[in-house]
Amino acid sequence: MILASQVWTQVFWTSAIAGGLLAGLPLMFTALGESISERAGVLNIGLEGMMLMGAYCGFLGAYYGNNQWYGYLAGIGAGMVSSLFMVVLCVWLGLDQIVVGIAITLAGEGITSVLYQTRFSGSEPRLGNVPSAAIPLLDRIPVLGKTINGQTPLFSQPIVVYLGLAFAFLLTWIFRRTNVGLNLRAAGEKPEALDAAGVSVVATRSYAVLATGALSGLGGAYLAIAGTGGFQPFLTQGQGYMAIVIAMLARGRPLAVVAFSLLFGIALSLSDLLQIAGINLSPEVVNILPFAAIIVALMAFARRAYLPPALALPYVRGAR
Amino acid sequence: MTVADEAIAAPRPRPRRSLRAERLLDVVIRSIVPVLLALLAGAVLLAALGRDPVTFYKNIWIGGVQGSAWQDSAIRMSPFLLIAAGLTLIFRANIWNLGYNGQFLLGAALVSGLGPHLVTDVPLWLAFVVLFLVAGAAGALWTLVPAVLKARYGTNEIITTLMMSFIGIDIASILIKGPFHDPTTPLPQTAVIPLDKMLPSIPATRIHIGLLVAFAAVLVVHWLLTRTSWGLRLQVMGANPRAARHFGIDLPRLIVVSFLASGFLVGLAACADIMGLWGYIRTGWNPAYGDTIIPFVFLARLNALAVVPFVAFFSVLSTGGDLAAQQANLPTDFLLVLVGLILIFMTVIEFLGRQRDLGASYVPAGLRTAFRLRRPRP
Repeated sequence: MILASQVWTQVFWTSAIAGGLLAGLPLMFTALGESISERAGVLNIGLEGMMLMGAYCGFLGAYYGNNQWYGYLAGIGAGMVSSLFMVVLCVWLGLDQIVVGIAITLAGEGITSVLYQTRFSGSEPRLGNVPSAAIPLLDRIPVLGKTINGQTPLFSQPIVVYLGLAFAFLLTWIFRRTNVGLNLRAAGEKPEALDAAGVSVVATRSYAVLATGALSGLGGAYLAIAGTGGFQPFLTQGQGYMAIVIAMLARGRPLAVVAFSLLFGIALSLSDLLQIAGINLSPEVVNILPFAAIIVALMAFARRAYLPPALALPYVRGAR
Repeated sequence: MTVADEAIAAPRPRPRRSLRAERLLDVVIRSIVPVLLALLAGAVLLAALGRDPVTFYKNIWIGGVQGSAWQDSAIRMSPFLLIAAGLTLIFRANIWNLGYNGQFLLGAALVSGLGPHLVTDVPLWLAFVVLFLVAGAAGALWTLVPAVLKARYGTNEIITTLMMSFIGIDIASILIKGPFHDPTTPLPQTAVIPLDKMLPSIPATRIHIGLLVAFAAVLVVHWLLTRTSWGLRLQVMGANPRAARHFGIDLPRLIVVSFLASGFLVGLAACADIMGLWGYIRTGWNPAYGDTIIPFVFLARLNALAVVPFVAFFSVLSTGGDLAAQQANLPTDFLLVLVGLILIFMTVIEFLGRQRDLGASYVPAGLRTAFRLRRPRP
């Protein structure tokens, strides 16, 4: 069979991993953020809106600042500003997290689309290529280290990619070994206990949500700057929701988040991959695959998906 | 006369007759103020974008109400109302069916795929009934996986319905390009249903009878929720699933049935929209009605009847908004911002109202202690 021989080439696998990394990184940042806030007991449905805000502002920063780092900073800032709504309304005032999350998503979608189309409709500027940094030695590995079909080679990625992967390890350490991590978990598992221990639940959750905003903003900015090289309305196409699923499946373990994000990244970049393999599938079928994978995963691991007991419940001291 | 006698002889304080009226006023304030605040904030945004807010809102009035434009708004109302009915039902059970877009588009694809043949092959009234049922069944079927996962394993339905929605949208697109494609055109669309085979209009108007179906559905949902034991069980489950289990309510079954009913109503909305207004469907068409209907379902406090005025308001806003946005050279996505603002203001007003009812402080207790740097001295 032609099919089999073409699918299992090394070219296929390296571009699968490289494509997965490119498409999976926005998911990874956002899902890492979501796992922080889920651990702390805040279900953030507004990720989609925060990602879009991050993507638009990241695009603006990179475009006008002429430097990807301004873009990432702008994205982080925009994500944090949009998560402030969640902090004030959900954590401080104890309002319904799902309603506020939907509101943030709707407003984020609307506002980025309006701003982009009023300012850039017609011109639709593109951003330049993101400079990448090669890992010494590793980039000289044959096949794996080479540029294929114009894709970035595996061991030569934008610096943000390395930072992101390092951050996942840092987060594992924070969750497992530090007081901050313990406080975060207590805020989601048993907020009363955290309160009794003299740590403010409201403050813990506020910082967690802000961190989520920063990370999802960064994820959106990465998507716009390194992923698509520009912004367009509704750029994220449901990736915010996918990130929530990844965080749930990974049960708040950062390294599992990385693994799941890569898998879903590969699924997202599948249409390019299949072209390399010489298979022609309609784009709709390819689009379905990641979501179908999630549904299948949920059906298979449904009993193992774990959510903190205090998730989506506002904390009111003394309330029963 | 002793003190006790005096107390008895003293005129009793008159009961506050206006209590009911007061409560009604309170509800009205809580429902309308968020809308007004959102429109105000929207005006500020418009001004910031360099557009004239007065002209914008005036154009909404011209495009949504004036002359015979109100009929266009009424035509839009029928899918809105049906979706609102479906969402009201499921939200009362405290279940989040957020997969309405996929349910809607699947129903729409089936109706516009089967419609052109069916309306010529069988009597027209039968075709309408069959198409409504097919669309409803498609919508209901698409909630089945999330429903069963939730009922059996307690899997978060927000995630599963959203995922199924994305899948449904793509399947609808595959159907339109594949089996339902109109061979006479290269465009990815279905055959157009002739005008005289579409849903008839209500006499003396352009409004198709889908609106009547929608009103009927709203009444049925209201009756179900307020007058039947099933509705009571649904609300008990929504308020407290644990208590519901102690009452002996079959939770898994109730979850699945309410999911199916909600999906069915969303499917009906698709049929009303296709058979009443569009007559065909093209790939990439995703009106995402439900996204913008959600806030109004909440504003109506999950009351099926109270949804009607809000949906009417939104129909005007969206019909006129198309014209206004076009005149102001803005994308219609601006309406999404307005809807998001309504949701945010609604939750804030709700909070303020609750604190007032409780006589509690407007600053929550946790906040006052939260960001204090030093611990209180013992």
